[in-house]
Amino acid sequence: MAAIEILGLAKTYHVGFWRKKENCALKPLHLSVEEGEVFGFLGPNGAGKTTTLKLLMGLVFPTTGSAHILGMKINDPTVKARIGFLPEQPYFYDYLTARELLEYYAELSGVAPKDRVRKVGEVLSRVGLPDAGNLQLRKFSKGMLQRVGIAQAILHDPKVLFLDEPMSGLDPVGRREVRDLMEELKQDGKTIFFSTHILSDAEALCDRVAIIHLGELRGVGAVADLTSSVEGKVELVWRGNALPASLTALVTECHISGDTVRALIPEHNQDAAMEALRRDRLPIISLTPVRTSLEEYFVDQLRPSQAAAGMKS
Amino acid sequence: MSTRIASIASNTFREAVRDRVLYNLIAFALLMSGAAILVGQLSIGIERLVVINLGLTAISLFGVVIAIFIGIGLVSKEIEKRTLYTVLSRPVQRWEFIVGKFLGLAGTLVVNTFFMAVGVFAALYYVSRHFQMADGWLLVALYFIILQFLVITALALLFSAFSTPVESAVFAFLLFVIGSFAQDLRGFAAMAHGATRWLATGAAYLVPNFSSLNVISSVAHEQPVAGSLILSNTAYALLYTGMALCGAVLIFERRNLK
Repeated sequence: MAAIEILGLAKTYHVGFWRKKENCALKPLHLSVEEGEVFGFLGPNGAGKTTTLKLLMGLVFPTTGSAHILGMKINDPTVKARIGFLPEQPYFYDYLTARELLEYYAELSGVAPKDRVRKVGEVLSRVGLPDAGNLQLRKFSKGMLQRVGIAQAILHDPKVLFLDEPMSGLDPVGRREVRDLMEELKQDGKTIFFSTHILSDAEALCDRVAIIHLGELRGVGAVADLTSSVEGKVELVWRGNALPASLTALVTECHISGDTVRALIPEHNQDAAMEALRRDRLPIISLTPVRTSLEEYFVDQLRPSQAAAGMKS
Repeated sequence: MSTRIASIASNTFREAVRDRVLYNLIAFALLMSGAAILVGQLSIGIERLVVINLGLTAISLFGVVIAIFIGIGLVSKEIEKRTLYTVLSRPVQRWEFIVGKFLGLAGTLVVNTFFMAVGVFAALYYVSRHFQMADGWLLVALYFIILQFLVITALALLFSAFSTPVESAVFAFLLFVIGSFAQDLRGFAAMAHGATRWLATGAAYLVPNFSSLNVISSVAHEQPVAGSLILSNTAYALLYTGMALCGAVLIFERRNLK
């Protein structure tokens, strides 16, 4: 059974004074996330990531479509006890201490009274705030608030986690710690659906990613599959001090240093380029495949002309 | 009452206390002490009348101001600061959130009224050196003031469910002022003719009838309050509050939290 199943979820806002102008925040989205999977939801700012998460949390209502979490409809109250949500740039009741806030959320999540104090203590330690429990949240830094946000999301031991930009506002050490925590949660069998625009985090953590842009899904798949789907390049190095005329049409990038020439060549031009070098009697030093990064794939998918061609499910 | 509603109510109460809302009690205590000393020296024979009128009117106004200014922010502040997202993504229904918020603020106002009432009774004792049987009617006047707070809190919540805090404050204040003259509006409607009569009658019955909940003047003159008025006012205020809360819930249930 899929942990998250999104069936044509779409959202259009009616804006303006007479609410006649339509603003499409999310075009019909079809997506499925398996149990135990870490799923990255990537896209630039304003792509529709937060709208999707708000739709899944029942904070905004879909114009069309539906979604199921753990086989239950998203508006079913019982499903809410089994999910955890970290909003983007979380802000909490700043008159409360971290401990009071987490105890309040534990009450709302239905955690048994006898377990509340223990669970709050455990979760504070887990996010690296064991000594900050009695400090009012107004005194917390942005990074500490992000940790409290993660703590409240995992407090009631949910099966599925929805994290909106979990690394935002964290320093490199904090980001590393959150990444480690997400790895731990994955080991515990949690399903994690997280949005980010930090591609290195997605590349390091995710089993699969989806790319969304202007409210439209541009690609879904395992990171390795997505990056291999983009035509690769090779780096060809030979001895010489100029780019032969026969190669200029085949090469995308070229650097000459002393008596060595390094050229980036699309994979499909590889044979023709080597043949040209042999014809010109230029000794080939090496030929190395260049792996396409997720970033390149991502940028590629954001180009409007390739929107339709880039669809993959 | 569900545990979740109780949790939301107690958190709302805690917020009001920590936001130093109850600091107005100090201002009120100083006002009452000053007024008691002043009227004790200035008004001969009507000290009690002045203290009761001044004290109960101040309780009512202080409470209405608190009810409106906290009430309009109960929902909008949570949306603006996005604290609502982590509440509604839990097994909390939207109606539970509204009811919990309402009960939390109502509780704050009751506690507030209790302490201010202690101040009024202390000032009353200071000026007359004794209590009398008729002072018991002050408790009925205080009860009616609390009923007013329930109505105005529910209205503030209703307005804040669909408009900006400033608009909500304006609407709630306008309704409080018009409602305080509801009896006069009904009198005007009775004298008017044609469409004006229908419009005035409709408006008179639509606005909350705060004038019938105001017995400050009669209890100050030691006049008793009829049991039937207590019953009808209780039923009216609870019904009006319930309807306003239902309206708030209906709107909030359909609202997109962008």
